[in-house]
Amino acid sequence: MKWIEANQISISLDGFPILENVDLDLEKGEMLGLIGPNGAGKTTLLRILARLLEPDTGSVFMGDHIRAEDFSKKVSYLAQSQEIHWPISVRRLVSLGRIPHLMPWQQLGPEDEEAIEQAMKVTDVFHLGDRSVDHLAGGEKRLVLLARALATRPSIILADEPVQGLDPAHGLQVMELLKQFTASGCGVIAVLHDLTLAARFCHRIMLLDHGKVLAVGRPNEVLTAENLRKSYHVEAKYGTTDGFYVIPWRKL
Amino acid sequence: MRHPKSDSQSRGLIKEMSPWLLHGSLWIGLVTAFLISIDVGNIKISFLEMLFQPAHSDASVVFWDIRLPRALLGLLVGATLGLSGAAMQGFLRNPLAEPGVLGVTGGAALGAVLVFYTGIFSVFSMALPLGGIFGAFLSVLFLYLLAGSMSSVQTLILAGVSMNVIAFSGTSLALNLSKDPYAVLDIVFWQMGSLADRSFHHVFLILPFILIGWVLLLWDRRALDALSLGEEAAASLGINLKKMQLRMIIGTAFCVGAAVSVCGSIGFVGLVVPHLLRPLVANQPGKLLVVSALGGAILLLLSDIAVRLIPVAVELKLGVLTSLVGAPFFMILILQMRRKLL
Repeated sequence: MKWIEANQISISLDGFPILENVDLDLEKGEMLGLIGPNGAGKTTLLRILARLLEPDTGSVFMGDHIRAEDFSKKVSYLAQSQEIHWPISVRRLVSLGRIPHLMPWQQLGPEDEEAIEQAMKVTDVFHLGDRSVDHLAGGEKRLVLLARALATRPSIILADEPVQGLDPAHGLQVMELLKQFTASGCGVIAVLHDLTLAARFCHRIMLLDHGKVLAVGRPNEVLTAENLRKSYHVEAKYGTTDGFYVIPWRKL
Repeated sequence: MRHPKSDSQSRGLIKEMSPWLLHGSLWIGLVTAFLISIDVGNIKISFLEMLFQPAHSDASVVFWDIRLPRALLGLLVGATLGLSGAAMQGFLRNPLAEPGVLGVTGGAALGAVLVFYTGIFSVFSMALPLGGIFGAFLSVLFLYLLAGSMSSVQTLILAGVSMNVIAFSGTSLALNLSKDPYAVLDIVFWQMGSLADRSFHHVFLILPFILIGWVLLLWDRRALDALSLGEEAAASLGINLKKMQLRMIIGTAFCVGAAVSVCGSIGFVGLVVPHLLRPLVANQPGKLLVVSALGGAILLLLSDIAVRLIPVAVELKLGVLTSLVGAPFFMILILQMRRKLL
């Protein structure tokens, strides 16, 4: 069973081809890592999947019980930017995740309150509830934004660089939370620059280069020396102690 | 031992005022300001006299033809300015956004002046609010196209400055070309903003447009909250940004355009009120809307009471008073934001 099936996605922005004939699928209970050098088209692909951009050609199918009008209830998009324009409280920010479930005039109900509380507890930000978001450290803010995405109770999370700028402890915490989310059958697509975290947490990885799919498969099949040399122009060190891992080692 | 307030501030804690207490206080303030507004004037008449005197008596005329429409216009226009200020600030995600500063009031005034100047008003009275609405609509559209919703504070203020210059030039041109010196004087005084000498005719003239504008602006209460996270995140939460932009532009044009066309330019209410009330709603742009409408109405009614009580030879114009108070406030706000501006 698949959550997402995208076929032959192509898009050009300002006359430059950004993606060319990209196929992508996301299985239920799967975490898919989108990796590739800067400008490979990862964020554009994620924005197309989140329906924030319309591809020039190609189509995106969502799992059969995600109807168009339920899209924002079932798919949470975690933007790369951490900018929050007003210094609202953490709890209020997390509650924004319930907007897709509410009519414009409707107040938060008991089910909404429960979803908000659970999301804050799972992400370990419950104690920050009354704190202003502009008084949070980078790692805390990332966790709060993840709580906002979880409060929607989606089936799919599309996360654009969810560990950007985080220290190792917070980076691992965010990745573990995303992985936990897939345990119940939900799906995650995460744009990642950290190859070590991608190898450690993703079930599958898609490597994009210049708008095309260079490789897709399990981490040890994609993060090969040849693929990393071609796309990132780097050499990596590998290990298999306690699972497959990769460390980018030297620029070629 | 540290002071509890400074302790909570240093930890960045946000406490929201109880909505019942906040709304209750504002409603009490509004009713009080409204009643005082009816009570204050050159002729000293008690409420009971005004209410229970026979029709066409002096007291009855003062109440029905002078005091009540003036207070009602104060309520409608003040609520419009407060609401539209809060909505524009939330929509553009910028605390300096306000119909007057951004040139929407100027655009509406130009539209209304052109209606005066061409003489259409004497033939078709509805042309006045329509002219104001059209002017306001063009200025919001101009502002949005020039600065966009992702603009920096500088770009937005510069776009507002250019809109104000265009409106000022257009109005000056109309005054310059006018052959009737009395009409010029009328327009100049009208532009200063006032609630004096208005009747129920003016109230009913703008009421439908103002109500439509309010509904359109209040509709996006929750969308404004979602916009706190930026446009992409708001869109992913199911907010239709294009429809929202349309409602914001038309809603602002309807209520601000109609208000300005009857009462002239009354600046800074939309800047001051949301800024003062924002901390009481824990900085939530959606919750600020109704609260700012109530606050705007109170502030304008109190300002209108003040212009009647300040002992000067000629009654001060309301727009002059709000500008005298609002301009320094605007400067203080800019000084507070200087770190961001530089």
